[in-house]
Amino acid sequence: MTEAKVTAESSEVLKPPISHAGIIGWARLNLFNGWFNSTLTILILVAALQLIPPFVNWAFIDSVWNTTGAECQQVKGACWSVIPANFRLVIFGFYPAESQWRPLLAMIMLVGLLLYSKNRNNWGKRLLYIWLFSLFIMGVLMRGGLFGLQPVESAKWSGLPLTLILSFFGMLAAYPLGVVLALGRRSNLTGIRSLCVVYIEMIRGVPLISLLFMSSIMFPLFLPKDLNIDKILRAQVAIILFTAAYIAEVVRGGLQAIDRGQYEAAESIGLNYYQTMRLVILPQALKIVIPPSVGILISAFKDTSLVVIIALYDLLNTSKSALSNPEWMGSSSEVYIFVALIYFLFCYLMSSYSRRLEAELEYKSTE
Amino acid sequence: MKLFKSLVIVFALLFTTAGVTFAGDTLAKVRAAGYIKIGVNGSVFGFGAPDSNGVWKGLDVDTAKAIAVAVFGEYKNRIRYIPLTAVQRFTALQSGEIDVLTRNATRTLSRETALGLNFVTVNYYDGQGFMVDKALGVSKASQLSGATVCVLPGTTTELNAADFFRTNGMRWKPVVIENTAELSKAFFAGRCDVLTSDISQLAGIRSGANNPKKYKILPDVISKEPLAPAVRHGDDQWMDIVNFSVLALINAEELGITSKNVKKMLKSKDPKVKRFLGVSPGNGKALGLDEKWAYNIVKIVGNYGEVFARNVGPKTKVGLERGLNALWTKGGLMYSPPFK
Repeated sequence: MTEAKVTAESSEVLKPPISHAGIIGWARLNLFNGWFNSTLTILILVAALQLIPPFVNWAFIDSVWNTTGAECQQVKGACWSVIPANFRLVIFGFYPAESQWRPLLAMIMLVGLLLYSKNRNNWGKRLLYIWLFSLFIMGVLMRGGLFGLQPVESAKWSGLPLTLILSFFGMLAAYPLGVVLALGRRSNLTGIRSLCVVYIEMIRGVPLISLLFMSSIMFPLFLPKDLNIDKILRAQVAIILFTAAYIAEVVRGGLQAIDRGQYEAAESIGLNYYQTMRLVILPQALKIVIPPSVGILISAFKDTSLVVIIALYDLLNTSKSALSNPEWMGSSSEVYIFVALIYFLFCYLMSSYSRRLEAELEYKSTE
Repeated sequence: MKLFKSLVIVFALLFTTAGVTFAGDTLAKVRAAGYIKIGVNGSVFGFGAPDSNGVWKGLDVDTAKAIAVAVFGEYKNRIRYIPLTAVQRFTALQSGEIDVLTRNATRTLSRETALGLNFVTVNYYDGQGFMVDKALGVSKASQLSGATVCVLPGTTTELNAADFFRTNGMRWKPVVIENTAELSKAFFAGRCDVLTSDISQLAGIRSGANNPKKYKILPDVISKEPLAPAVRHGDDQWMDIVNFSVLALINAEELGITSKNVKKMLKSKDPKVKRFLGVSPGNGKALGLDEKWAYNIVKIVGNYGEVFARNVGPKTKVGLERGLNALWTKGGLMYSPPFK
């Protein structure tokens, strides 16, 4: 104690040497703190100098934004004109042009509701009713046939709305199904357990593409001639079954991470199986597995683009279709960058939300 | 309703076995539904692809329209376009997911027999060819030994190219790229000397180049690709309707009837024209259609020449010459049997 006092009094307050403060200090500490990191820093700087200016030139300086395809072919830089020229096709696909406000409105409703549901204070019975009501409205908007809206058959649903439908309902249905499968796999009843194991292992053993192929090519051959199940619905079911199997394994990991004591404690206060799971185990287990399950949901979102191979025109396929026009054939990079930005936006929102949710739940549990 | 339907089917069977023409299975079903389900491509510009507003356009699409017009007298809201991949297209037809396939499918023996399909009259004679940079100084395909060749995987294109180089004892280096847009980019960037595909596609790809005049399509055609609409085995009446809808386009051109002059042609004294347009009745009844079916096709869709010019002709982006697809009277292969 006395020692500390002495040093504090006797020493002048010195500024740190310039090599250890400010930008230089920061750079020394983080970028050049050893020969290995210094070399890496220099290499990355050189690479960035090589790559970024040409990209900026291409994307912004030499680029054109609103021209015809023929003019585009004379330009050195990016031809962003391909996006406004094909915007309707890329975003809405074959949805009748005069009714495209309907999928637009439905998408805005969906995104708005998702944003509203982000706030945990809004969670409750009321939100559930709002969702059910809105889903009904969105369905009517897409399908038409009610309230004087012109009916639009599902074969015309395409573009961004289709991507959102496939991924949103895919996640919505796959998550609970996955939880049930995970519980089933840990059940004491041999029949249920082996059924779940077989299901999970079988689905995880094949790629999504083969499931989509089965649903779109093999499955109709087994049905009676007159019975046709909607193509989108078949793909949707395939996506749900696929995602659920992965969710199940992640949730099982969470279940295993819960201490046996928790099960025993729940039993000792007389809770039955359902109460144990609902009140004690699942809330803890699902919280643990938020990061990996969001990972799966994000990849499920991106996997919906595989419906290309069964000729469903999701966002990626409508952009490909726009590129089949010789006028725009050379602008594939621009279109794919645009589509990538849309995918990035949605995936980033999902992962940032999951991080927030995780943090909120973490705080509560340490209270 | 179900009982009624099955009764109709039973009667239909009775009548057809008795040798009396009566609405066949597919026609009855299509009429009951109010629309035809058509399998289309979706990404071949000029043949079957949506335009920038999502409206279906193309030679195959117009062929589908002709069929719908024959059955319903109009095509608006009478067609459900179902985009299909190359793998899906035949099963979709077999399983009843579509009623007609107009998706640039090549007519072959195995497809007619093993797959149980009936192809009707060819609506486009295609063939595989080569496109090169003029700077390469190549004038025929036999000079291509040792070339790097950009080619789409799957389908028959890659196989045909391999066969061609092997039978001629030439070496080649295939550069396989999955999608047409990327393939053409690679070719224009000089990643390969030669691009091979169906000639109809080569022309379209060339029109997207910075300088289309730099490239030329070699005269050699290394495969026969007669592209035709297809229907399932087992419904001859439906096949006749589809077949004669295509033929009506061709016959109209042979008779010099266009969408513009078809009204005037109703007054023509030529018995061939009179029979074709239904002024002298008979054809419609024989097919189980309205007598005005062919008139409607020409009025609404046009004749084959108009359809060709509108979708893939020299004035379009695809810029194809008629070539094999000219009328037989002009050195092509388009030929219609008499409509009587």
